[in-house]
Amino acid sequence: MKIFKTSKSVIKNIDDFYDTIDIGLLNFKEGLKHYLDGNLAEFEKKLRTLEKLEGKADAIKRSIENEFYLHSILPNFSSDVLRLLEKSDDIIDMAKENLSQFDVEIPNIPEVLINDFIRLADISVAATENVIPSARIFFTSPDKAKEGLQKVAFYEREADKLANQIKRKLFREMDELKLSEKIHLRYFALHIEEISDASELVSNILSALILKSRM
Amino acid sequence: MFLFFLSSGLFLGWTLGANDAANVFGSAVGSKMVKFRKAAIVASVFVILGAVIQGAGASHTLGKLGSISALGGAFTVALASGLTVFGMTKFRLPISTSQAIVGAIIGWNFFTGNPTDYSSLTKIVTTWISGPILGAIFAIILYISLKKLIRKLQIHLILLDAYIRNALIIVGAFGSYSLGANNIANVVGVFVPSAPNIVLNFGLFTLDGVQLLFLLGGIAIAVGIITYSKRVMMTVGDDIMKLSAEASLVVVLAHSLVLFVFSSSSLSNFFVSIGLPAIPLVPVSSSQAIVGSIMGIGLLKGGRNIKFNVLGNISIGWILTPILAGLSSFISLFFVSNVFKIQVSEGSEKAANQAVEIGLQTLDKANNNSIDLFQPTLYAIILALSAGVAFLLYKQTRYKKEKNIASFNEQEKTYQIQTNLLKKEIESTNLTNKKLENEVNYKKQELMNFALSIIQKNEFLEKLKAKINKLKDKSDLELNHDDLNKLSRLINENLNLDKERENFDLYVSDMNSEFFFRLNKKYPGLTENDKKLCALIRLKLSSKEIASLINISPKSVEVNRYRLRKKMNIQHDERLSDVINKL
Repeated sequence: MKIFKTSKSVIKNIDDFYDTIDIGLLNFKEGLKHYLDGNLAEFEKKLRTLEKLEGKADAIKRSIENEFYLHSILPNFSSDVLRLLEKSDDIIDMAKENLSQFDVEIPNIPEVLINDFIRLADISVAATENVIPSARIFFTSPDKAKEGLQKVAFYEREADKLANQIKRKLFREMDELKLSEKIHLRYFALHIEEISDASELVSNILSALILKSRM
Repeated sequence: MFLFFLSSGLFLGWTLGANDAANVFGSAVGSKMVKFRKAAIVASVFVILGAVIQGAGASHTLGKLGSISALGGAFTVALASGLTVFGMTKFRLPISTSQAIVGAIIGWNFFTGNPTDYSSLTKIVTTWISGPILGAIFAIILYISLKKLIRKLQIHLILLDAYIRNALIIVGAFGSYSLGANNIANVVGVFVPSAPNIVLNFGLFTLDGVQLLFLLGGIAIAVGIITYSKRVMMTVGDDIMKLSAEASLVVVLAHSLVLFVFSSSSLSNFFVSIGLPAIPLVPVSSSQAIVGSIMGIGLLKGGRNIKFNVLGNISIGWILTPILAGLSSFISLFFVSNVFKIQVSEGSEKAANQAVEIGLQTLDKANNNSIDLFQPTLYAIILALSAGVAFLLYKQTRYKKEKNIASFNEQEKTYQIQTNLLKKEIESTNLTNKKLENEVNYKKQELMNFALSIIQKNEFLEKLKAKINKLKDKSDLELNHDDLNKLSRLINENLNLDKERENFDLYVSDMNSEFFFRLNKKYPGLTENDKKLCALIRLKLSSKEIASLINISPKSVEVNRYRLRKKMNIQHDERLSDVINKL
């Protein structure tokens, strides 16, 4: 039957979509580490891969949206599900944008801050790494999806704290840097932290969807 | 005549189809899980099947309630209930056809003086209460089971959506079958005693008079579904509370089960065979069953989402319906009997009961009036198939024709767009031409002004020069040399005739380049001075003005004009300026 064929294709697309975001974020993390290590050739490679993955995620998302509209899939909460996918896609968009900014602006990160930036990236990505499995599991067992969402909130708060710590160090302890350099670096801390914010937004949408599905 | 009287029953069937089909497919169509066309086709087919196959059970009880033996009475009763249903639906009040017909039959009983069979009435009224309760119980059990099953199987939400869509169609088909089986009694039940005493043999199956009646009633319901139920389906979905897809499925299934339970004689017999009391086979209100089922789900979820004001309206409808139907039946019967002089009852209870018995057992008696319709059926099938093929061919041809028309329209549209574009281009060119023309006129005017200023200036300077000459003639003592020198310098500065004339010549040749081209082409033998004279004549300057401009005497201008006429071979009766202007 056509409806089952369509459903299976949409399910496959949703899985592919989240796989793409997962791999994209791994590339982001690795790319950032290569940049901080001064390994610019590898950084470039990761950036190119991330760009391709971001494009792929966009294409899959569009295809899912088309199927949803065309076949009125999940009419009761299609708009919420599509919003969930849209905001999930924003995470990989943000990661790509972040890495592109490193490529374009080539910020000079002082030795003392390298570890902080790596940790910030790890924690920010950890928030996403927890929200994506929850989003996947929501489609099969909405009740179980709630479990991962607590961790997302935790990582988001941690990323927030660490970003503040970096900013404090920059403006209070590092007098050798010019104000322009401080401001430049502050924005990079902010951008990396935003990935965890985007993950938290996805987590909020997911919470609302779980509630709706129980009704 | 029978068909005319049956029309009121068919009207009632139509209203039932228009309203009650929404109970079966309303939430599915309203939530866009199932397309209306699919829902309407499934509902129509299964309503007819249910009516013909299993419609007899509930008709027995309704027949016992009031055995309307005369066709006129049956017509009026069905019409009264049909109008009550239609009227209340128009005021958007939820209504039950079962209640309307029961009220109308009791109205008939009152009018004709027939006693109401209170045991049947009790049975029916009991189902008005037990129907929704049973619906709620079914809904609760089914909903809990379905939720557990979904949780256990961990089906992907999107795949579950596909399963639910198909399940909604299957359950909807079952609901429609049950609706037809149970509610056909409401539609044509009162006509059963007057059913024709025949049996139609279609080869593969036979239909007796009552079944034929049910078939007609079923078709009327189907027409109601196809023509009028869409609007109701779109609005009824979330009336009492917002339902999820699973809940919709459960509600329809619970409602269908209630209708099935109260119309299945096999199930009733099975109950009796295992020592349980028989299930009363009565027409249950489909709306009541659906409301009960939705209430069941609502209560299971804590009752927070139930819109109690809507429920209040429904309750008012339930009380009002039998009363209004009874009253309208009584009044209609009075008019039909006294104004139109149509017989609305056989008169005695005994005769009526006999009629019912006759009606309900037509099958046994009808064997005597058996009509073999095997061959006509076969021909009808062949005809239908041929018609189907012809229709498809016609549709295909029409599709091709439409496609051609569409392509032609497309071409025409493109052509029109091109024409419009060209028109606009022409307009734009015309506009540019006009603009250029205006510019030329402006320049001509400017040239005229320029020429006139030169003329005035020259005249002034000539006078000034004459005065100075006079001053020169005076004695040395009278003369102030400085003044004279100043005057002379001023004249030299202002006169500067050559320079301005040069500018003027340039201006003239610039303005008249096209004119000179045409002049050269027509009169190749003209000198530069001739051409200049032509240009000045074209500016409509007098000989005196021309003389001043080109610094010759007016007489010389006249001579030059004469020579020009000769060179251009202009006749005596023609004016030089006209010839030049025509160029």
